[in-house]
Amino acid sequence: MAIIHEAVQKQAGLTLHIVNTGKYKTNTFVWKMKAPLEQETVTLRSLLPYVLQSSTATYPSTTALRSYLDDLYGASLYVDLSKKGEYQIITITLEIANEKFLTDSTPLLRKGMELLSDVLFNPHVNGSSFDSATVENEKRSLKQRIQSQYDDKMRYSANRLVEEMCKNEPYALDVNGELEGIDAISPETLYEYYQKALQEDELDLYVIGDVNEEEVQQAAGSLFRLEDRTPLVSRGSVDKEIQDVNEVIENQDIKQGKLNIGYRTHVVYGDSDYYALQVFNGIFGAFSHSKLFINVREKASLAYYASARLESHKGLLMVMSGIENKNYEQAVRIIKEQMEAMKKGDFTEQEISQTKAVIRNQLLETIDIGRGLVEILYHGVVSGIPVDMDDWLEQTDKVTASEITEVAQKIEMDTIYFLTGSEGK
Amino acid sequence: MEKIPFDQLDEELYYEKMNNGLSVYILPKKGFNKTYATFTTKYGSIDNHFKPLNKSEMIKVPDGIAHFLEHKLFEKEDGDVFQQFSKQGASANAFTSFTRTAYLFSSTSEFEKNLGTLIDFVQDPYFTEKTVEKEKGIIGQEIDMYDDNPDWRLYFGLIENMYKNHPVKIDIAGTNESIADITDKLLYECYGTFYHPSNMLLFVVGPVEPSKVMDQIRDNQSKKDYKDQPEIERSFDEEPAEVAEKKKVLKMHVQTSKCLVGIKALNTDQQGNEMLKNELVINVLLDMIFGKSSKTYEELYNEGLIDQSFYYDYTQELGFGFAMMGGDTHDPDKLEEKLKSYLLKAKDGSGLSEEALTRSKKKKIGGFLRSLNSPEYIANQFTRYAFNEMDLFDVLPEMEKITLEDVAQTAASLIDESRITVCQVVPK
Repeated sequence: MAIIHEAVQKQAGLTLHIVNTGKYKTNTFVWKMKAPLEQETVTLRSLLPYVLQSSTATYPSTTALRSYLDDLYGASLYVDLSKKGEYQIITITLEIANEKFLTDSTPLLRKGMELLSDVLFNPHVNGSSFDSATVENEKRSLKQRIQSQYDDKMRYSANRLVEEMCKNEPYALDVNGELEGIDAISPETLYEYYQKALQEDELDLYVIGDVNEEEVQQAAGSLFRLEDRTPLVSRGSVDKEIQDVNEVIENQDIKQGKLNIGYRTHVVYGDSDYYALQVFNGIFGAFSHSKLFINVREKASLAYYASARLESHKGLLMVMSGIENKNYEQAVRIIKEQMEAMKKGDFTEQEISQTKAVIRNQLLETIDIGRGLVEILYHGVVSGIPVDMDDWLEQTDKVTASEITEVAQKIEMDTIYFLTGSEGK
Repeated sequence: MEKIPFDQLDEELYYEKMNNGLSVYILPKKGFNKTYATFTTKYGSIDNHFKPLNKSEMIKVPDGIAHFLEHKLFEKEDGDVFQQFSKQGASANAFTSFTRTAYLFSSTSEFEKNLGTLIDFVQDPYFTEKTVEKEKGIIGQEIDMYDDNPDWRLYFGLIENMYKNHPVKIDIAGTNESIADITDKLLYECYGTFYHPSNMLLFVVGPVEPSKVMDQIRDNQSKKDYKDQPEIERSFDEEPAEVAEKKKVLKMHVQTSKCLVGIKALNTDQQGNEMLKNELVINVLLDMIFGKSSKTYEELYNEGLIDQSFYYDYTQELGFGFAMMGGDTHDPDKLEEKLKSYLLKAKDGSGLSEEALTRSKKKKIGGFLRSLNSPEYIANQFTRYAFNEMDLFDVLPEMEKITLEDVAQTAASLIDESRITVCQVVPK
């Protein structure tokens, strides 16, 4: 039996994905818009979903729209931006109660789809321009959102690493856009871009829940009327040769130093050694049994957190840890030693099987959550290679020690970023 | 084993109290891959003044010790329990709150083994001078990490403003100075007092067979030699009704200011249904005043005083309680003034209409259903409710019963100038 039953249907301009399951008390709609990550559009794209979710022509104010959502038994509507390789993805999610658990029999599924369609295709406009007050509010809000990233130092240092490491690549762009680009956006230019995006973006709609497939397909056909398109391909190159390791040290008035190290793996989702890379990272840094956690935290007591994560569509591996400033050199040395150990094949069969068990567990847990399931399936859209969960698990299980060492050989350190504190120690 | 059905929700809960006093609950979830289990003691950061088991004098223990104990319980003579869990394909974790310490795992295979590991590691402490000293470096870094986090500082700053004596104002992890005083001996003393099965609750949620799981737990517990233990004596100093401090401004290395307004709650001696109702009414009240569909929210948003980070929340446990509202803002003083004025107007009934109440109740009902998709929510919240003699599954029926009069009365008693305080974070 397949682990995920995903029914995929191509409609004009849109791919509809339905996962029919009885395990939730809600139904979830996830709308994805994918386009190349580019400086000219990054800020427009980061503003657009926030404008769309604040009002529609039918519900022309936040109060009206949010009141309606509350009336639909607290349907939740939220937006999100992400980078997958050299693409910027807009995600709009609507989650609504399944009426089967309510005493009231309002057809919530249908109403949810209608509302999502309203948010996407029937915005609050005046002529050929978005409502200007809404746009002004959201521009201000976006500015604050970008600035507040500076205040969360873990996030700030992670962003700074990417910025330094991927200089002159689209990937260096912040998914929330550029502060300097906000003022130039007008309600007219944003509306113009909105129409262009609806015509050109690669669009996917996921519907997860206890639903009737045919009913959803028909509703989608009538509520999401779009034209066919050929999705745009990013001009940015994913990979890069490394000359020297770049070391960047920045000082701020904080207590704890934030150490972030970026590596290039030269492996992306869809490559034959992608599964070996996942197992590699599990042994190296992803979990609490990994080398980084054991050696940086448990043995040396240098940090509370020390871990590594992969960016699957860009081929990056990022190490992060929070340490005392004076321990910078020791921490970097320990992290380098762990990477060397991996390259030399210095890990046991026990570590491999433990890591495979944890990866399997993590994947199965992720697909228990509607949104997690969508994120896994969406790898298939970004890479163009559909996700088969059973195959993924099987391939992971087959990874051998020599394949892990081979993939380790490919990994190169690119940039060390250290945000050092001047307060205290 | 007792079976408790919830027909409207299509759920069944199984319960048994073990001979040694341990409460066990199991909620089967069909269709899920994952099983999630929590093993929780009613012991948190506020329990720093108590009578240790078999002693006659009350003692005060260093700040942060409950959290320190949580960290140290994972280390055994033969290594680290995280390793054991990951060999069995599980991911384990733990957390310490004001009133609870929870140990947990989730797994999609080898559930029985993992459950055995969870119960056994929590019931078999191993503390030595050496391992305790080593942990101080790690927790010191955890403390520093939170110290640099403006949202955490804002949150604790607000609680510090509210409470003069109650230990809720103490940071859960303690300070680098306070944890220096922690010893293996003190850890054993806390452990012996608070980790008896009669002070603990085990919750399992996932695709399991309840009778089998219950058998395993019964069998596991019957092999351990627990002696009945008298009720734990905890002591808390008298706490005045009004806030300790009206305002605090923290200067940090940030670009955006933050402002939180808080209200110190009354009636925090409540437990059971009375507490459940009070908590629900206050949550509905806050939602009616500050929810995204309220006039207040729209005004604040349109005036540019708030953004998406705006939130409001109510916390209540035995002995303390507080409401808070706020977020990132470019003008913290103006936001403070506005939030206070909306609160005081609501005290007189402004914004509290039948229509808003109906809407807010509907929203809460849908939100509750959404929460039931989450095994983590169910296990953690059920435990919290049970420790306060409430039942999580009473939320829907109690919610239905709330009237506008309930809300108006609660607004009139909760909101009071003398119990309002504010904390701000501003750029250095």
